[in-house]
Amino acid sequence: MKLVIKKRKKYSGSLGGDIAIFIMLFLLGAFMLFPIYLSIIQSIKPPEEFFLFPPRLYVISPTSQNFVGLLEATSSMWIPFTRYLFNSILVTVAVTGFQIILASMAAYVLAKVKTPGVKFFNKTIEIALLFTSNVTHIMLYMVMAYLGMIDTYFAIILPFVATPLSIFFMRQFMGQLPDSIIEAAQMDGAGHFRTCWQVVMPNVKPAWITLIIFAFTAAWQINGWSFIFNEALKPLPTVLLQLQGSGIQRAGVGAAATVFLMSPPMILFVFCQGNVLETMAHSGLKE
Amino acid sequence: MDNNSTPVRHIEDSKLKYTLREMSRNKGAYVMLAPFFILFAFMTALPVLMSLPLGFTNFNMVSFPQFIGFNNFYTMFMEDEVFLISIQNTLVFAIITGPVSYVLAFMLAWFIHQLPGHALKTIFTFIFYAPTLAGNVYATWQLIFSGDAHGLANAYLVDMGIITRSREWLTDGNLIMGVVIVVQLWISLGAGFLAIRAGFQGIDGARYEAGAIEGIKNRAQELLYITIPAMGPQLLFAAVMQIVASFAAGDVSRLLTSFPTTDYRAHSVMNHAFDYGSLRFEMGYAAGICFILFLSMLLANWGIKKILGKYLDE
Repeated sequence: MKLVIKKRKKYSGSLGGDIAIFIMLFLLGAFMLFPIYLSIIQSIKPPEEFFLFPPRLYVISPTSQNFVGLLEATSSMWIPFTRYLFNSILVTVAVTGFQIILASMAAYVLAKVKTPGVKFFNKTIEIALLFTSNVTHIMLYMVMAYLGMIDTYFAIILPFVATPLSIFFMRQFMGQLPDSIIEAAQMDGAGHFRTCWQVVMPNVKPAWITLIIFAFTAAWQINGWSFIFNEALKPLPTVLLQLQGSGIQRAGVGAAATVFLMSPPMILFVFCQGNVLETMAHSGLKE
Repeated sequence: MDNNSTPVRHIEDSKLKYTLREMSRNKGAYVMLAPFFILFAFMTALPVLMSLPLGFTNFNMVSFPQFIGFNNFYTMFMEDEVFLISIQNTLVFAIITGPVSYVLAFMLAWFIHQLPGHALKTIFTFIFYAPTLAGNVYATWQLIFSGDAHGLANAYLVDMGIITRSREWLTDGNLIMGVVIVVQLWISLGAGFLAIRAGFQGIDGARYEAGAIEGIKNRAQELLYITIPAMGPQLLFAAVMQIVASFAAGDVSRLLTSFPTTDYRAHSVMNHAFDYGSLRFEMGYAAGICFILFLSMLLANWGIKKILGKYLDE
């Protein structure tokens, strides 16, 4: 019988595996980034380069005139550009802030408090997650009209706060925490409210930072076309998306609008992700 | 049990009392639930409950809904050929994009987790999540798949000799589905992917050290015995997200190609509901279509939970 000598490997894997993983990530990553790279290229292309043949994947003489054109196109409008920007920031901050606070508190109860009704709420959330319909929109309009919220900021804030996704997401993460740390907190006299904010939340930091990214990205894209008719209350995407759809004459300006809209979520993402990795590497609290 | 003789009545009484006592003991918990669930009730649950019965009515948004029993569903399955095409498309689409995007989300998150250094991890997470962050880049995809020689796909594929003449990527019935699937996969690494990434970030390093001591020899074993069992909740979350994304897909084909697509080749169930609900204002019929979609998603969710069952403790 042949003697098999097992090579001792470190548990973190081999060098060959590392290289294979890196190559695969690199190739797929190039595919993911390509359209975004192209959008950025389009936004700094001068008009004459749009018609070059064959089409180029780079810019010969980059220009900022598309962004200038974007500002001109929007500032000549009835409502100043800054007003749309203000609306968008207000809505995004409000939706993100309320969503994190309300969903975290409720998710804590659903995940960690055994009290009558919790099962029912859990089931409701799961079913709501799967419900997709383009008819609920009309019904939501009726509800909001009844509450007198049409044409107010509430109409583009409140429907996006209590989303099933946010609470389901937080619940999944909080459920993983050992019951012992909650029992310990309650032994020390902390009520549910303090347990949630001072014990549970610091331990699920990757979760709520990720939820900030979800909430911000979704809220930044709210356009409120059917709930807001007052031009002064409309958020930025409503206007910028109109510019995108106005054909080849404005292809550059449209691309500039796309790039302008995608920047804030991307900046926030990089900031948040860096933060998550830092904190989890140093916390020894998890069981 | 030696209390066998206790009357049933008494048990029920004490159960009710117990419930009430528990509720008053946990008053604080209900106060914490209230803000979310009050908003949820008005803004999500109520519109959903109001739209469920609509499937059994004829409703054009002008006159009051008129009850017509199962007529909508009869029409859907017996007379509406386009609906049957849309079901077929959605199934093909969901069977391809659902599992592929789910496996991709997990594998990529895992690969990224293996990378050394915070910076590299952040960069790659960013790259794969970027399409979701970017939002509306359909104009760029239209530029890539434009049907004339100026379209990037055409220009470069002809140049490389892979195709001999320009293809109508967005209007040729034989190509649309493929293009829509590619773009859908491109944006599919959304919430599920990020949830799995966050799940990896939360796994304690001590578990891996313990695993190494217990004889874990390679990456595959580590993945199978340590990582996946610790990720049940995130895996379920990602699965639900991918089910919704692939069953309720429709935005990509609607915003990328012309609507409806040539010969309904990429016409999904959600596209069909959009057609009736938002263009023809036959709300009753659209609600019926969405109801069928909802039932099939519940079924898929039930199946996923059976598969992931051993990693979930509920």
